[in-house]
Amino acid sequence: MNLFDYARPTTVEEAIAAWAPGASYLAGGTNLVDLMKTGVMQPGKLIDLNRLAGLDRIESLANGDTRVGALVRNADLAHDAGFARAFPMVAEALLSGASGQLRNAATVGGNLMQRTRCAYFQDAHSACNRRTPGAGCDARGGDNATMAVLGWSDSCIATNPSDFGVALAALDAVVEVEGPQGSREIAFADFHLLPGQTPDRETALAQGELVVAVRLPAASAQLRHHSRYLKLRERTSYAFALVSAAAALRLEDGHIVEARLALGAVAARPWRANDAEALLIGQTPSDELFKRAADVALTGATPSGDNAHKIELARRTAARALALAAIGTPKRMPAFPASLFGEHAHV
Amino acid sequence: MSDTRPPASRFGSNSGQSFTRRDGIAKVTGTATFAADNHPDGLLYAVYVPATIARGRVSHLDVAAAKAHPGVAEVITPANRPMLDGDPESKGFMFAFRFEALQDNTVRYANQPIALVLGETLEAATEGARLLNPQYEALPARVGLNGDTPYKVEVGSFGRPGQTVYGDVAAGHAAAVQSVDLTYETPEQYHNAMETHAVVAEWQGDHVTLDMPNQAIVMSRGAYGYYFGIPPENVLIRSPYLGGGFGSKAIPNGPTVLAILAARMTGRPVKLMLRRDQMFGPVGHRGATRQRLRLGIDAGAKMTVLDHESLATTSTFDDFVESAANASQGLYAAGALRSAQYGVRVDAGTPGPMRAPGEASGSAALECAIDEMAEKAGLDPLEFRLRNYAETEPGTGLPYSSKALRECYLRGAERFGWSKRPMQPGQMRDEAGMLVGWGMGTALFHAPMFAAKARAVLRPDGTGLVETAAADMGQGAWTALAQIAADSLGLPLDQVEFRSGSSDLPDGGVAGGSGHTATAGGALHAAGSDAVRRLADIATADPASPLFGAGNAGVTARDGRFFVIDDDSRSESYADIIARAGGTEVVGTGSAARTPEDAGHHAMYSHGAVFAEVKVDPELYQMRVTRLVGAFAAGRIINPKLAESQLMGGMIWGISFALHEEARFDKRTGRIMNADFAGYHIPVNADVSGLEVITIHEDDAHVNALGIKGVGEIGVVGTVGAIGNAIRHATGHRIRRFPIRIEDLLHAALG
Ligand SMILES: Cc1cc2nc3c(=O)[nH]c(=O)nc-3n(C[C@H](O)[C@H](O)[C@H](O)COP(=O)(O)OP(=O)(O)OC[C@H]3O[C@@H](n4cnc5c(N)ncnc54)[C@H](O)[C@@H]3O)c2cc1C
Ligand code: SF4
Repeated sequence: MNLFDYARPTTVEEAIAAWAPGASYLAGGTNLVDLMKTGVMQPGKLIDLNRLAGLDRIESLANGDTRVGALVRNADLAHDAGFARAFPMVAEALLSGASGQLRNAATVGGNLMQRTRCAYFQDAHSACNRRTPGAGCDARGGDNATMAVLGWSDSCIATNPSDFGVALAALDAVVEVEGPQGSREIAFADFHLLPGQTPDRETALAQGELVVAVRLPAASAQLRHHSRYLKLRERTSYAFALVSAAAALRLEDGHIVEARLALGAVAARPWRANDAEALLIGQTPSDELFKRAADVALTGATPSGDNAHKIELARRTAARALALAAIGTPKRMPAFPASLFGEHAHV
Repeated sequence: MSDTRPPASRFGSNSGQSFTRRDGIAKVTGTATFAADNHPDGLLYAVYVPATIARGRVSHLDVAAAKAHPGVAEVITPANRPMLDGDPESKGFMFAFRFEALQDNTVRYANQPIALVLGETLEAATEGARLLNPQYEALPARVGLNGDTPYKVEVGSFGRPGQTVYGDVAAGHAAAVQSVDLTYETPEQYHNAMETHAVVAEWQGDHVTLDMPNQAIVMSRGAYGYYFGIPPENVLIRSPYLGGGFGSKAIPNGPTVLAILAARMTGRPVKLMLRRDQMFGPVGHRGATRQRLRLGIDAGAKMTVLDHESLATTSTFDDFVESAANASQGLYAAGALRSAQYGVRVDAGTPGPMRAPGEASGSAALECAIDEMAEKAGLDPLEFRLRNYAETEPGTGLPYSSKALRECYLRGAERFGWSKRPMQPGQMRDEAGMLVGWGMGTALFHAPMFAAKARAVLRPDGTGLVETAAADMGQGAWTALAQIAADSLGLPLDQVEFRSGSSDLPDGGVAGGSGHTATAGGALHAAGSDAVRRLADIATADPASPLFGAGNAGVTARDGRFFVIDDDSRSESYADIIARAGGTEVVGTGSAARTPEDAGHHAMYSHGAVFAEVKVDPELYQMRVTRLVGAFAAGRIINPKLAESQLMGGMIWGISFALHEEARFDKRTGRIMNADFAGYHIPVNADVSGLEVITIHEDDAHVNALGIKGVGEIGVVGTVGAIGNAIRHATGHRIRRFPIRIEDLLHAALG
């Protein structure tokens, strides 16, 4: 047996105190346990977060922000009526991910921290700079049709697979963290790191730091009437995104006064497209406008392998998501959330 | 649908009825015992170590580290592997495949077993396997259809011809007023039954008991006996339930043989169950194909030639080749007909039979090519197929034993609404703006019979017992075969005990080739009829019986009684007859097989027509099959519910083939990079909607005594092409590579 220590703290302080180099926090386990089975992750110690008190709550704060504890399950968050009303795009993104069983187990913190699905990362026998700095990158020149088209580097071309994260990126989420050095907040845009020469550094978390909550600002709820998540995938459900887009607008008198756009599965982080947003402000919605914005969003995109098609598909997905957002958030969650085959998927 | 079935599909009182599967409750409540559910005392867990290169040799294994791990009981490598009596490189029996069982350090494909670790726990064995930390001397891998030089296949899989020519092909090409010359590709696909391969092996002296899912229970005794140097009778295979087989559980493979060997070596029972990723290598798959189809037509749009070549990948050490070109035999009338198979050797495990082997890939290409030809001729795809309808088997001229394909076309088309199909592609949109396309394909599958035996007993209490070593892979053999047996015994289904799935029973034949119900059912029918005949002889010769003097042919069996024909008032129950005759049970035996004479006089096939509707996003090209109507004629249907499920399962497999399934190789290493269910896509429920199956009854006096053909594989055939054709019809783009992917349509659109 491959032995490891197992700790089951009941408070955040205990959890952080239990941390030592080589330890991993365990939440729903849907990603970590798989990777342990295949030998990709071999923590010397598991710190089980599931008994931590108070991290499973969705709260409205005095300033109007919404605070979601790191242990709230993906399914519980998506099905929380108040949350889904304020942030329907987040709920749609969550429900488009994985399967019902997985969403029941997966947590908010675990979702943000999930590792890339790069096949070479997930295979302990391939060379991977992200797993072993300096080892090389077998994805380059390999089977890489789904890899990054933005923000990649010579050392790593992997993407962040989360759907949830794309919606959070668009809505200016803030990640609350506690660690050996105390607590701090990280803007979502700064949370996931681009690979550069250090792809092994995936997030802004320092050693031993724990995600305790994700906060969504009250202002982002103002976008709820025009917000959509759209996910292109190889089957109708239960597939990671080929590309995806989260789009949200605030309209006044037929003009766009606020715009948010983030792309998924195109880079090592959920890709916020600030320049495209800027272009939209003050304009009246039109397909032509959204196509231009999407072009801007993909500025600088380059294939990292046999994946040039992803650039065009991301462009089209972004334009469609914006157009759908302009029409308005559907009153009810589509039967296939974020799918082209749900209702309300067309313009 | 089941309640509107014509009376013709009923014979006896059990067959023709939609009984729910008898093993269903046991399965959904978890009480059904699958192979790996067995835990004999003293069990050791085996984990096989898969090669992580595709070609080369193992240069080092850290056996000491693995052995030092607590709980590791034994490590088997080529250095200490005990001899096998039958050489795994030999072809010692019919259908023998060569395989790796640690005969040396050579690596011939990724995931090949290179060691076996035994542990007191699964965890210990798993960790021991990791600690072996194999080192290799790797050579460049050859993968894909361009991996090496093609060779001509003279004898194809299962002894079928590699090269078949009827008529003058050159003349057929020359006579064509219009023609097409098209190349299609299909990828490597790996069978992934829910239950991965498993075995629990336990030796007692020179006898071995194998709990394992097995599609060829009695035949496999001989195979395992061969490798271990013991007579077939010394091998007991228990396979009451299989969590799917699809062709991969009929043939011995390296990991399984090693586990059995390990049990003999250690003197302890050994369990091996493959991990999901280990399914991608040593247990067979469907090879990739590249198929060239050249079709020509005359002025009346009748085919002057149907010329089908297929190149398929196979391994470097055995010869199974997906005989895709054979799909063009037996179906369409054509002046000249050629099917030519070629193979290319790559560094992969040997392919094997995978649901509709040859037909699935071949039909995918053929049915698309037929549509391309129809389009060129300016004809509706159905009209074109009807013009080329074969009244007798093309080439041989043999009459069909039965062929209700025309009814399949017409009923299917009517149900689907085919007559409203616009000729031009890209004409239909739904209310949401999705492109809508309709396509069709013809399905053909041979209707074989293998050999089987059965035993039937009428017990003193009047109930029945029947026995045959059949295999229920989830298709419903426990139910359909019992229905046949009950009818042959003149008993209601719940009065018949059915024993099956164990090699100490009479040989039920192979559950494969879509011939199991016909074959095992035929044997059961013969055995039951034999028992009834014997009992009728006793009754009609007994002056004390009301049946006395009626003669064997003068009575009929029904509901556990004999009745004098035309005089229901004269009857007697089985129990009463047996009681008066001394209370001993009456035993009948039977067998079934097709004689060469029967086979020589008719062409025997199941037929079908599949109609598909797809929706495709006009800009993003995500695709979804929204409707599939399949009309199938497969002789007599024993259990409509189960048969429809089988046909639907086949059609869903067709969706998978058309849009999802594909092993993705790293061309540098020859390793499969998507060897799990997150990466190796098959349809999920959301991908399957609007599925309809119509069965069309055929009375067939020639296929076998019961008039049964098969339904296990034909659902796949025709469906793939129908979906490819529907995508063409929706988008105007013809994609000649399966699975059809979003980026293929994007590239086609961008030109
Ligand atoms: C078959 C399959 C399909 C999937 N499809 C999708 C999909 O379509 N879209 C999608 O978005 N996702 C998908 N997922 C991924 C899924 O969303 C993640 O596995 C899940 O969100 C991880 O959450 P968890 O709580 O189980 O994390 P765990 O597996 O417990 O942990 C994951 C990682 O996060 C770390 N971690 C967990 N909690 C914290 C914390 N509070 N602070 C710091 N670190 C922490 C762990 O140490 C570990 O490294 C899929 C997963 C599978 C297995
Ligand atoms: S792309 Fe990144 S994650 Fe994938 S193998 Fe290369 S370095 Fe590793």
